[in-house]
Amino acid sequence: MVESVKNWLGQAVPRFEDEALMTGNARFIDDLSPVPGIRHVAILRSPYAHAEIRSIDLAPARELAGVIGAVSGQELMAGLEPLASAVRAPMNYFPMAADKVRYVGEPVALVAAEDRYLAEDAIEAIEVDYEPLGAVVDPIAGQQADAALLHEAVGSNLVHQRTFRYGEPEAAFEAAEHIVRLNWRYPRQSSTPMETYGAIAQFEAAPDRYTIWSNFQGPFILQPLMVRALKIPGNHLRLISAPHSGGSFGIKQGLYPYLVLLAAASRHFGCPLKWIEDRLEHLSASSAAAARADGIEAAFDGNGMLTGLRFANCVDVGAYVRAPEPASVYRMQAASNGSYQVRHIAIENRLVVTNKTPIGLNRGYGGPQFYFGLERAMEVAARRLDLDPAEIRRRNFLPASAFPYDAPGGAVYDAGDYGKGLDMALELTDYPELRARRAAAKAEGRLFGIGLAAGVEPSGSNMAYVTLALTPEERAKAGGRSGGLAAASVSIDPSGSVTVHTDSTPAGQGHATVAAQVAADRLGLEPRDIQVITAIDTQSTAWSLASGNYSNRFAAIEVGAIAESADRIGHKLRRIAGEMLEVAAEDIELAGGRAHVTGAPEQGIALARVAAASHWHPAGLPDDLEPGLDDTTMLSPAVLGAPDEGDRVASAVTFGFLCDLTAVEIDRDTGRIRIDTYVSVHDVGRVLNPIIVEGQIRGGFAHGFGAAMFEDLAYDEAGNFLSGSFADYLCPTAPDLPEVKIGHYETASPQNPLGSKGMGDGSSMLAPAAIANAVADALERDDIELPLTLDRVWRMANELGEGE
Amino acid sequence: MMRLGLGERRRISCTVNGVARSGFAEGRTLLSDFLRHELNLYGTHVGCEHGVCGACTVILDSRLARSCGTLAMQADGAEITTIEGLGDSDREPALREAFSRHGALQCGFCTAGVLLSVKHFLQHNPKPSDGEIRDMLSGHLCRCTGYEGMVRAIAEVAEGQP
Ligand code: FES
Ligand code: FES
Repeated sequence: MVESVKNWLGQAVPRFEDEALMTGNARFIDDLSPVPGIRHVAILRSPYAHAEIRSIDLAPARELAGVIGAVSGQELMAGLEPLASAVRAPMNYFPMAADKVRYVGEPVALVAAEDRYLAEDAIEAIEVDYEPLGAVVDPIAGQQADAALLHEAVGSNLVHQRTFRYGEPEAAFEAAEHIVRLNWRYPRQSSTPMETYGAIAQFEAAPDRYTIWSNFQGPFILQPLMVRALKIPGNHLRLISAPHSGGSFGIKQGLYPYLVLLAAASRHFGCPLKWIEDRLEHLSASSAAAARADGIEAAFDGNGMLTGLRFANCVDVGAYVRAPEPASVYRMQAASNGSYQVRHIAIENRLVVTNKTPIGLNRGYGGPQFYFGLERAMEVAARRLDLDPAEIRRRNFLPASAFPYDAPGGAVYDAGDYGKGLDMALELTDYPELRARRAAAKAEGRLFGIGLAAGVEPSGSNMAYVTLALTPEERAKAGGRSGGLAAASVSIDPSGSVTVHTDSTPAGQGHATVAAQVAADRLGLEPRDIQVITAIDTQSTAWSLASGNYSNRFAAIEVGAIAESADRIGHKLRRIAGEMLEVAAEDIELAGGRAHVTGAPEQGIALARVAAASHWHPAGLPDDLEPGLDDTTMLSPAVLGAPDEGDRVASAVTFGFLCDLTAVEIDRDTGRIRIDTYVSVHDVGRVLNPIIVEGQIRGGFAHGFGAAMFEDLAYDEAGNFLSGSFADYLCPTAPDLPEVKIGHYETASPQNPLGSKGMGDGSSMLAPAAIANAVADALERDDIELPLTLDRVWRMANELGEGE
Repeated sequence: MMRLGLGERRRISCTVNGVARSGFAEGRTLLSDFLRHELNLYGTHVGCEHGVCGACTVILDSRLARSCGTLAMQADGAEITTIEGLGDSDREPALREAFSRHGALQCGFCTAGVLLSVKHFLQHNPKPSDGEIRDMLSGHLCRCTGYEGMVRAIAEVAEGQP
């Protein structure tokens, strides 16, 4: 490999995406009219949490001027197959309800009209006769015998249950000197990107095929599911991403049932259809992070060593198991030791259906809930064992010599030095001084507390980890599953300019800039000379099941695919240039837009001319060299194997580390939490672009902070949805957020040629636990639940119960 | 007073970014929809359509307005500045450069509204404190950045002002 003269990776290259975004020139889905004759869709949704649909009268809507047509779920879904998931219980999930609604906001009918205003008028004219049923809103109560049943054919609202055992957990608990037990609830939340779902679907007949433009973010493992639902060959469903996407954080995964719905409706009405979700629709019916009713038990020996863990996870999955669920509860399983040495772990996963919107990807995906349990338990243990919370973690951390580390659940941790991260956090907070301030405040009777949380950040998912939901026998029957494919292409056109394609469908993460940095280093070019296309078109770009933007896969896997293709193109350029300059390819260096003889920069030739030769004069190329310069890499990291018989699986490629340390003070009179200190330390492997890394860290923290403090998709006891606007669902604003000090250090990942690890979930996973730990320390109690609203904290600070 | 029946449209004329523009609107047409789908100025974004997120902010006759909470009719005869009109004047290039360098945007969906608010804000408060900048930004929801980069960029540009 030839070293570039200038190393663009690691530099704070301002993003190439920005200019278009700041001048109004970036195009999002609602800006597009890719085909003529588009009509506009409004969706009628259930006002009931649970009800039979007795009848739907569409006639009043159809009569309105400007209305193309109206169709009910019953009619439209009759032509479709249900959308499958890894949970085999007999629940039929369709994009629109046919005879029964199971959550507020579930689609029941659809109207197409000349514009959106008319479509909305028309859905109001539709009359639906409902027979309301009892609602299930609590996942524990929902398992009782007298609970209403969501899916009669299952016979229970408990739709999935599996237990797992890694090591010898029973023995660990028997031998334990201390056992910490914690039961806790985690609320429903949503990452609420500022741009909502949007799609344009076009059906064309003879042969039947569908083209859909949208801000769907993958994983494209969902494309074959859509294909099956539509009953067409895979190449008859063409998905095209909008050039820009206004944020996602995972949630735009949940768009795919709507793509099926719009495809079917476009066929039904015989015209292309556009649907842009409004904010009420988004909050009430797009997707949510899982609410949980979990328990955790942690066994310790006399020295504060964590010897065993038992997780009892109960997931409030919403009304249907929508793929890729139940992945959220399985995402952390292979890494369920967190950053610790513990080897004996028992896990029970239960999935309960409730009359709420189905859950799905949201920032951190399963991580915030997992760490809330584990890191709260560590904090409680520290207090019980009278150990400093930093000390108990240090004792239990995997040592720097342990990597690569085979975790009990099968994850292979690539690289790390967790003690170093903790040290950095302690240093940045001036920990001894902070503890002294805590002691002084407590002595004065003030409610001051310190909270710590540490954990690994799995990135670049193994597509197979969700099959842990199946037994090993079921998995064997279903056929092998493994891997996390990334696709990238690098090409040089006849005039010598470079284009990179990625399959990463970003929603603001700056992939185009980093991809250009990667390719520029390897081809001796300036990043801004390189054109990067990050939007997928399933008919013209390389893609596979794992394509998309989730689980921090870009810096974990995708960059490796870009590097590989760029290297192959670079090699070809050196061969051609070597021929032209009459030296061996190994003696050619690519730098400054030229290919020159190593050590003799004056003996060179412009890269554009070298590239041109491969297009214009293929006969002049070395005999064994193919003409053209276009290379596609499809790679799946070797570590991502299939789950084994013992339910162990290498669930992700890279494992970053982060450690958040905070101090809070609570005002007893108001319940207000003041963040006194917040420090967040990260090991993301090699930093590819510091502007982007810092942006991800700060954004991840904002999500975690919002989740800790006020975000809650609330339902009342009858399943009515209470958070339908941004005045009800509170997201952090600029004055809400405290100052955050960030610390960085690097342990290079061996999993890709650049040494980078995936990152982006970051503190969205840890801030809820860290802040809850600090509040627990301030109030000296263990029963902390989120969100930490004024009311809740005030009650706890004044020892009052609910309703007092 | 003029009355329009349901489905009836009227011509609306206004000056947008210094250029005379006109298009048709119903009585209920929102200014955000009018700008985007009638005048094809897609740089104005809609994040909530209920007046909270600030994504749709434009400058309407020298005041800030949420175009999702304004009717197109109200803009008849008005002067409007949208993101497409933030060009090379004043400190706008410096602001864009600072936003980029400080990571003040990621997906950029909120950014148009933010930049219009900042323009208006700095005209009225050329030397703001960080606290004042944060208060001004409280009218905008950004889910990507955590706002820190925006605060730094705005403070830096204000600092550099004569
Ligand atoms: S779209 Fe106008 S304030 Fe949100
Ligand atoms: S940059 Fe994405 S919402 Fe602000």
